[in-house]
Amino acid sequence: MSAHADTHAHDDNHAHHHKETFVTKYIFSQDHKMIAKQYLITGTIMGVIGVMMSMMMRMQIAWPEEPNVIFEALLGKWAPDGVMDADIYLALVTIHGTIMVFFVLTAGLSGTFSNLLIPLQIGARDMASGFLNMVSYWLFFLSSVIMVLSFFVEFGPAAAGWTIYPPLSALPLAQSGSGMGMTLWLTSMAIFIASSLLGSLNYVVTVLNLRTKGMSMTRLPLTIWAFFVTAVIGVISFPVLLSAALLLIMDRSFGTSFFLSDIFLQGEVLHYQGGSPVLFEHLFWFLGHPEVYIVILPAMGLVSEIMASNSRKPIFGYRAMIMSILAIAFLSTIVWGHHMFISGMNPFLGSVFTFTTLLIAIPSAVKAFNWITTLWKGNLQMNPAMLFSIGFVSTFITGGLTGIILGDSALDINVHDTYFVVAHFHLVMGISALYGMFAGIYHWYPKMFGRMLNKNLGYIHFWITAICAYGVFFPMHFIGMAGLPRRYYTNTNFPLFDDLSNVNVIITVFALIGGVVQLIYLWNFFSSIFYGKKAVQNPWRSTTLEWTAPVKHIHGNWEGDIPHVYRWPYDYSKPGHDDDFVPQNIPMKEGEEELHH
Amino acid sequence: MTALLTVLVLVFITIAIWQMIKIFDLAQAKRDNSQVANDKDNTINGYLMMGFLAFIYVITIISFVKWGDLPLMSNSASAHGPKIDSLMVISMVIIFIVQIITQFLLHYYAYKYKGEKGRKALFFADNDKLELIWTGIPIIVLTGLIISGLFAWSDIMNVDESNDPIVIELYAQQFNWKARYSGQDNTLGKANVRLINVDNANILGLDESDPNAQDDIITTELHLPVGKEILFKMRSQDVLHSAYMPHFRAQMNCVPGMITQFGFTPTVTTKEMRSTPAMIDKVQRINKIRAEKSKALIKEGETPLERYEFDYLLLCNKICGKSHYNMQMKIIVESEEDYNAWLKQQKEFKDSLIKN
Repeated sequence: MSAHADTHAHDDNHAHHHKETFVTKYIFSQDHKMIAKQYLITGTIMGVIGVMMSMMMRMQIAWPEEPNVIFEALLGKWAPDGVMDADIYLALVTIHGTIMVFFVLTAGLSGTFSNLLIPLQIGARDMASGFLNMVSYWLFFLSSVIMVLSFFVEFGPAAAGWTIYPPLSALPLAQSGSGMGMTLWLTSMAIFIASSLLGSLNYVVTVLNLRTKGMSMTRLPLTIWAFFVTAVIGVISFPVLLSAALLLIMDRSFGTSFFLSDIFLQGEVLHYQGGSPVLFEHLFWFLGHPEVYIVILPAMGLVSEIMASNSRKPIFGYRAMIMSILAIAFLSTIVWGHHMFISGMNPFLGSVFTFTTLLIAIPSAVKAFNWITTLWKGNLQMNPAMLFSIGFVSTFITGGLTGIILGDSALDINVHDTYFVVAHFHLVMGISALYGMFAGIYHWYPKMFGRMLNKNLGYIHFWITAICAYGVFFPMHFIGMAGLPRRYYTNTNFPLFDDLSNVNVIITVFALIGGVVQLIYLWNFFSSIFYGKKAVQNPWRSTTLEWTAPVKHIHGNWEGDIPHVYRWPYDYSKPGHDDDFVPQNIPMKEGEEELHH
Repeated sequence: MTALLTVLVLVFITIAIWQMIKIFDLAQAKRDNSQVANDKDNTINGYLMMGFLAFIYVITIISFVKWGDLPLMSNSASAHGPKIDSLMVISMVIIFIVQIITQFLLHYYAYKYKGEKGRKALFFADNDKLELIWTGIPIIVLTGLIISGLFAWSDIMNVDESNDPIVIELYAQQFNWKARYSGQDNTLGKANVRLINVDNANILGLDESDPNAQDDIITTELHLPVGKEILFKMRSQDVLHSAYMPHFRAQMNCVPGMITQFGFTPTVTTKEMRSTPAMIDKVQRINKIRAEKSKALIKEGETPLERYEFDYLLLCNKICGKSHYNMQMKIIVESEEDYNAWLKQQKEFKDSLIKN
């Protein structure tokens, strides 16, 4: 066995001649495994910030305008005497959304697992371009820093909602957060998009070109399919958001009128003429909607893989799963208008978008049923990752079903922008994607850190989180159906909603418990890096290639030759084998047949 | 105070969880330290799955029993309202059937097939018939929903202007609403924010030379005659707003630089709505809450809350800045006579201008 036989290995050995310093190993690393960990830890920090913001918002809604020591401590001058300011409430809404959607569930989820798993599961030494991969991470890091820093500018961070619709976001006169805060938001997002594009292009090229011998596209694990399609959607849609951001920057700073027209503000007529805010909405949601699939598809991929492995069964309907990923990806780019039924666009367009939107329910239903069937007659290993995967399917169904109401333009009229929407998307893409991420972390932690997470902490983490997630978001549908608008600093000016205030208290209590419980996970995560039980090479007895690599991380992933692939990734409990799993690198026995199609 | 108590409760919960973990750890440390689920874990978590299924069902039932009457689902006050409500109810029924079945299968399988050492799972990779079933059923159900949704949508959105609806402008600005009635000619005068002249009180930017504008009436309360078709034309002078009238199942964004529209026919007067049993209940409930809050306020030496009386409302439902949470206008639906009488008392545009 000579490593030199393989050209990739040769390159890699060459690299080994250079001495690795602390800086090249831990900071400016070009190794995909290290970059994955960097993404995960940065995403975790951003997640803690984002969740803390949501807990503060919930406290404000439940006990409006009451002095709160936590506000005083964390918000400082924006909570004089501990009473939260109305502007900063909107800023919390905005930055919470931005951080959770982009920084945690896009970069933290996709960045972590695409980087970790693509090379390891397709049998590659590393990403196609280690350098671009490093640049991608550091741009993400820079954009995170800028986003967080925006809390420290004089008039506060952006506060126009994560959708930053102009004119509110364009005119500092309209809102204090639309000054320096919005400039930083746009700068941060522009850098974030650059990071995301570099990452996505790298994933696409790597999956297409660097698969090991025998790893045909129809032998790819569903994780890789999900990451691959996600990257493609990202490459298609993120540039549109970039263009919207650039045009908005021009409107803000150079006096153009792409999105602005006929505005009278603070006693004077502004010069803008001929632009349309609706144009911005179109551009924003052309990314904004695919974005929710950018968030959820990787989670679906991780869950499919974890469910198969822990059920000791092949994923049910492998090809149907791929087809539904492709169908979702295609449809995701032609449904953005369902966010705009009542934006003032032509009602006929509303009909078209209702049609395309409800179509998405079909591939989604196929996936849900396939996951449920995967459990049927399995031998379920209830590891924490498996619990989070089952939880994922549960919240995905609960949250997804209400999409049938919101996607129907006639019904959307009355629940648009109410808490019904908040409940819907938090369950279907917020909680679900977080569950997918947690499942991924519990499952691949041994691969990342060479140690195991404590399973009992994992169980407690899951069960309390699961109860709190339903406790928060299930009742929330009802206050939405009662007509309570989202993004209100307080509801006390509407006696009409007084009888919803006790529901809001219940929701907040669940939210606070759910938030605090995450400390258990954080403790488990960080302490296990140093004190966790040492992992064996293949702790979950899985079939995919990453578990054939040594526990200790080495450049190039495998000592010696890259493993070749002889079978699909889901040969669990295959008849004719003694073990209940057959790794992909085991050649077919004589006379063995593929039992799937 | 409540916040402080909550924080304390959270701290105690944290400590309690901590203790539980310790006990878990101590109980298991010696037997199995692989951190991979064993049969015992599978059994416990399998049962917990069934428990969780029960929890989902219970929270569903509680939500419907306790809060099911909150939603504005049966007391719509517009002609198209019942159409939306019945479609909503149908969708909800379908959703809950699917929800109850799929959640049952998911959690029951998780319990039933919990792992046991030595048992082998069934190798079951695909089945075209099954895939066809669960592609086909959603297609059929969704086709029905899409078609009925689209019919309702086009009915609601396409206002037939040949019926000569009453034209009223809703004018949005940070952070209040104004209404402009079109007067005797039922035609709104031309307007643009560039024509706003604060000095002579032309606050909505009407074209002072337009004959149609002369008899327009600008108000801060929205009065509507019952049973008459109304066509709202929406305008905004600064940022996006959304005119949300939940009781009428009506909502449309107000967009600077363009005019948007939404039409409906109010069917229930404010007075009638106040005397429906459901509304009497709701108002009583709200006033009980307010009375309790008032007691606390009086104790602190502050003014108590006013008693609540039901009124239709127009709310802003698109984030529009600092006071977004308090941008509202009262809507009063009344008989045509009362409406006309009220309208007569209002100043026409040409008389409202301050002449220098």
